Amino acid sequence: MRTTTETGKQRWERETLEPALKKAPERAAAFTTVSGRPIDRLYTPEDVAGIDYARDLNDSGHFPYTRGIHPTGYRGKLWTMRQFAGFGTPEDTNERYKTLLRAGGTGLSVAFDLPTLMGRDPDHELSLGEVGKCGVNVTSLADMETLFDSIRLADITTSMTINSPAAIIFAMYLVVAEKQGADWKTLSGTIQNDILKEFIAQKEYIFPPRPSMRIITDIFAFCSRRVPRWNTISVSGYHIREAGATALQELAFTLRDGLEYVRWGVDAGLDVDDFVPRMSFFFNAHSDFFEEIAKYRAARKIWAEVLRDRFGAKNERSWKLRFHSQTAGVSLTAQQPYNNVVRTALQALSAVLGGTNSLHTNSLDEALALPTARAATLALRTQQIIAHESGVANVVDPLGGSYFIEKLTKDMEDGALAYFDTIDRMGGMVEAIERGFPQTEIAESSYRFQQAFERKEKIMVGVNELAAADESPIAILYIDDSAGERQLAKLDALKQTRDTDAVTRSLDGLRAAARTTENVMPRILDAVRAYATVGEMCDALRDVWGEYEEVPII
Amino acid sequence: MAKKIRVVIAKPGLDGHDRGAKVIARALRDAGMEVIYTGLRQTPEMIAAAALQEDADVIGLSILSGAHNHIAPRLMQLLKDKGLDDVLVVIGGIIPDVDIPALHQIGVKGIFLPGTPMAEIIGFINSHTRARV
Repeated sequence: MRTTTETGKQRWERETLEPALKKAPERAAAFTTVSGRPIDRLYTPEDVAGIDYARDLNDSGHFPYTRGIHPTGYRGKLWTMRQFAGFGTPEDTNERYKTLLRAGGTGLSVAFDLPTLMGRDPDHELSLGEVGKCGVNVTSLADMETLFDSIRLADITTSMTINSPAAIIFAMYLVVAEKQGADWKTLSGTIQNDILKEFIAQKEYIFPPRPSMRIITDIFAFCSRRVPRWNTISVSGYHIREAGATALQELAFTLRDGLEYVRWGVDAGLDVDDFVPRMSFFFNAHSDFFEEIAKYRAARKIWAEVLRDRFGAKNERSWKLRFHSQTAGVSLTAQQPYNNVVRTALQALSAVLGGTNSLHTNSLDEALALPTARAATLALRTQQIIAHESGVANVVDPLGGSYFIEKLTKDMEDGALAYFDTIDRMGGMVEAIERGFPQTEIAESSYRFQQAFERKEKIMVGVNELAAADESPIAILYIDDSAGERQLAKLDALKQTRDTDAVTRSLDGLRAAARTTENVMPRILDAVRAYATVGEMCDALRDVWGEYEEVPII
Repeated sequence: MAKKIRVVIAKPGLDGHDRGAKVIARALRDAGMEVIYTGLRQTPEMIAAAALQEDADVIGLSILSGAHNHIAPRLMQLLKDKGLDDVLVVIGGIIPDVDIPALHQIGVKGIFLPGTPMAEIIGFINSHTRARV
């Protein structure tokens, strides 16, 4: 029945769409994002009728920062082009860093190998075959000195992807900086230090959740006094997304993790405005172009509002969500690997249009191996072409006001707040993780995507469609076992030359601090200076806190 | 009714990226197999013990970290020692082409690289285990 209350869009659907569909049906019964979110065919002013410009979007540099935290966007400073790199020995990786800096990279980002991430020395049983394979191996301060040899830490910013042993690796970085004569007060960079997403997605945890959270609040407290420009945490959705989450789940779980850290910091007696300005975020730049842009915009708005309204933060810097992004490793294909350059360029463009503060672009060979120097350089060039040739960096939030983008941004926000309610009802994120809630949600989404891929509802070019009959292989970086052998030899030599009593004393001090509420950072610095190894320091903490074992959910 | 194929899915080494292991575990279960997922950080000894205890027809290893050249030979030796050399061993993950012949040589029957459809893996397991079941 036609009534006078028919909206313009309903009229369009009746008068224009229906006859058009009769003549030529659409390609599919439903259109969805890569996350499975249904997408309408046309968005109009009706879809954004409830949005108030000043309240919900506002100009760039103004609360709630939906359009960006900087008034001038990228016209002042481009995003930081920070390429994640690390493999083999510290000597190998030091060479790669120098190559990236010479090619115009503006920050370093350290990838550590699995033994380092898991707090195991190269001579541990579980390190067999893993040393230097997925990143660089760092066993002691001596390795950290080599890793940054001839790179002045006072002049660059460094991001380090390290979580369970974050305090240890950070302490090593601080001691190297000190030896170079750098002032901790002006030193800047980031440690990932986000243990919640390890329990949720990436699973590189060592200690149980509660002592793990305590190390993090110790780092917050230490840095606010001693290393005030350091970004103490990079709350990460990247790994949550790679594990199979949807864009909405990535957004919701990451921001809720961030709020959990804020709560723990406040409960530990810190002033919210003393540590929140140094928190940063890390999102995945996945393939669904507009959904990703909406995700970043919603993230800024939610963070600003929750920090101001729920936590009473008064410092504007506590309201401003700053984030790094990395293109989606999981979207890259081993088949026709050159196609990955195109995927990465589009993903990077979405991150830039969403206002990313720093960006890593993946290399074309990453579904096959760690990147070659050539592939890594091309990945960096991809960002540079977006920055200098496409013109997108000339204007702030160019998609702001798009009916589609604004509606998606609002939907993302509403969906994330609904997840917050669910998690709040469980008692918080630590409790939700202990109940397996985010883990189950992600496993469901990842299986749903796999099924859609198998049914060819989701197409990956060159994989389940448009495959090439014959593909010539590309040259890959092959990491042999020599890095492991060299690191073992160095570890043996270190144990011969260091002051064993000083090592023992410092590890006893660390254990003692772990048993009380004393901040562990000064004790870790003592152990680092004595050339205690990552494995020894983690073992000292394992002695006190034990190890976490998850109940696997499939 | 035919006995169900029993599969141990294991994630050896230090790596925690378990998306692939979980997806394949679920797909095999949906395909009518009995799936036992060991969880993370399994040594070859733990995997061989699980295969014995669970009377496995198949062991599926998920390895992305590059440690396959160390883990697979040790596991194959342990299986032989325990008299489990008739267990079908397959690997899914990131395996450089140059390493594949040596893995086949020590008895790893199937190696599945990124982008492999689940149906292909299910078909492979069905056709290589039917004789035992």
